[in-house]
Amino acid sequence: MEWVVAEAKAVVIGAGPAGLRAAEALVRGGLRPVLIDEAERPGGQIYRQPPAGAARAAAQLYGFEAKKAVALHAILPRLADAIDYRPRTLVWNVFGNRLDTLGPEGQGGLAFERLIIASGAMDRVLPFPGWTLPGVFTLGGAQIALKAQGVAIGRRVALVGAGPLLPLVAHQYARAGATIAAVLDVTPLAAKVANAPGMTADAATFAKGLWYTLQNAIAGLTLRFGVRAIRAEGERRVVGLAWRDAAGRAHRVDCDAIGASFGLRSETQLADLAGCAFAFDAVTHQWIPQRDAAGRSSVPGVYLAGDGAGVGGADVAELQGERAALALMQDLRLPIDTGRATTLDRRLARQARFRRALEAAWPYPGHLVDAIADDEIICRCEGVTAATLRATARERDAQEMNRLKAFTRIGMGRCQGRVCGHAAAELLARTLGKDVAAVGRLRGNPPIKPIPVGGLP
Amino acid sequence: MIDAAPNGGLFHRLAPRDGATIAFTIDGAPAQARAGDLLLTAILLNRVALRRFEFGDAARAGFCLMGACQDCWVMLADGRRVRACTTLLEPGMAVVIDGVGRG
Repeated sequence: MEWVVAEAKAVVIGAGPAGLRAAEALVRGGLRPVLIDEAERPGGQIYRQPPAGAARAAAQLYGFEAKKAVALHAILPRLADAIDYRPRTLVWNVFGNRLDTLGPEGQGGLAFERLIIASGAMDRVLPFPGWTLPGVFTLGGAQIALKAQGVAIGRRVALVGAGPLLPLVAHQYARAGATIAAVLDVTPLAAKVANAPGMTADAATFAKGLWYTLQNAIAGLTLRFGVRAIRAEGERRVVGLAWRDAAGRAHRVDCDAIGASFGLRSETQLADLAGCAFAFDAVTHQWIPQRDAAGRSSVPGVYLAGDGAGVGGADVAELQGERAALALMQDLRLPIDTGRATTLDRRLARQARFRRALEAAWPYPGHLVDAIADDEIICRCEGVTAATLRATARERDAQEMNRLKAFTRIGMGRCQGRVCGHAAAELLARTLGKDVAAVGRLRGNPPIKPIPVGGLP
Repeated sequence: MIDAAPNGGLFHRLAPRDGATIAFTIDGAPAQARAGDLLLTAILLNRVALRRFEFGDAARAGFCLMGACQDCWVMLADGRRVRACTTLLEPGMAVVIDGVGRG
């Protein structure tokens, strides 16, 4: 049986801010792109649209970003006939120039001449005592519960973070009428003060950050900074959150849910399977697929845009999506608006300065990794503990992540290392006394998410 | 066993919903949610967890809510296994957590 059923000149994976702007620019250039997205409706996670029946006004859902959300959501209806849009479709493998997909009609294959990967990001997870209890979610998950479903993750919610998502989710929860027990930032306040000048490179976003902080204060929410260690309490569900402050003093609040994650991490599996070269980013402690300023990866014909190749946020993703589409058309020797490309390059350079300040304002919270006890579960899929990882590193000469995986199954569970991979690498490096870059990264493997075995060719 | 939640489940609805009520079951016990609710939301409005943990004595209630962590795969009585955070609730869905008929 011939598996590949069609070939497309240009395929875009992901219908978030980057993918939508990329598809739009390709249409403007005269192409008819295939746009594949796992979700039911376009927008990505940041501009996620609630399912039918759960709709609310854009201003309610997206706050300051409502205009941007509405503009992005309008792209596909406007270009409906000019784009081959395939929602509810997972791309689970890239093999050479071929994609394997699973959609409403079952398994499929699609060959591409050019590919833009806009796979987005998810929360970066670091384990802490009690993190697998029912009631503990990522900050992004807490936000999606509210945005896509109009529900809070609990009746009394504590929020913990290491990035700008923390004050935003706190603000959104307070405004929606949720009861908030505590808002804890595990990074120091001094870092934010020191990097405030750099963050003004994007004045509008900086102003929004100040506004959220102010609104949180008015709502009576005190953000605590420099939190050293946290612990979710409870036997069968969350009943409280305990923490140590910057001075080492112990605190505790009652709560029935916790939103906790520590920055964002790029979703890089598809870029990996496409063969893109990666480099380690020492600031964010992540392996990132490399791209040039226009979005070209190391593989000819494969382009990267948005948070999936280094987290830059939604505004940057829109710019990168359009820029990658222009690069793609340039490489096809199609005429493009070079003035527009220059404008995008200038805006992206300014955003890069802002992003560097932001990363310095919320530095990597390595103290949480240092605090991981031996009995802590690192792999929530299969229950692999820190003790197992440490003992394997010491006794079985596991010098890099894929060896550690072979011995312990870390990264082999249902999530394929999305949740555990980061912490496991940090633990391995600390146990071996190596730099975390030296222990490598988990290789991507198809299928990148669970798929039913029935229906495979 | 997954605790039934006498005062409602883990989640707390903040935005009023005027869509149709949808009836489904959890371990055979009748439950209700609204049109537009994801299966994960529907269960967690009624219970504090979605499933048992296969590798130890614990329960799980999902984690990322964006289809990435795979923590919320749920069994249905008709044999389907579905990721609850990306699956819309359908009328009559029969969720199996501890076994049909057990509360």
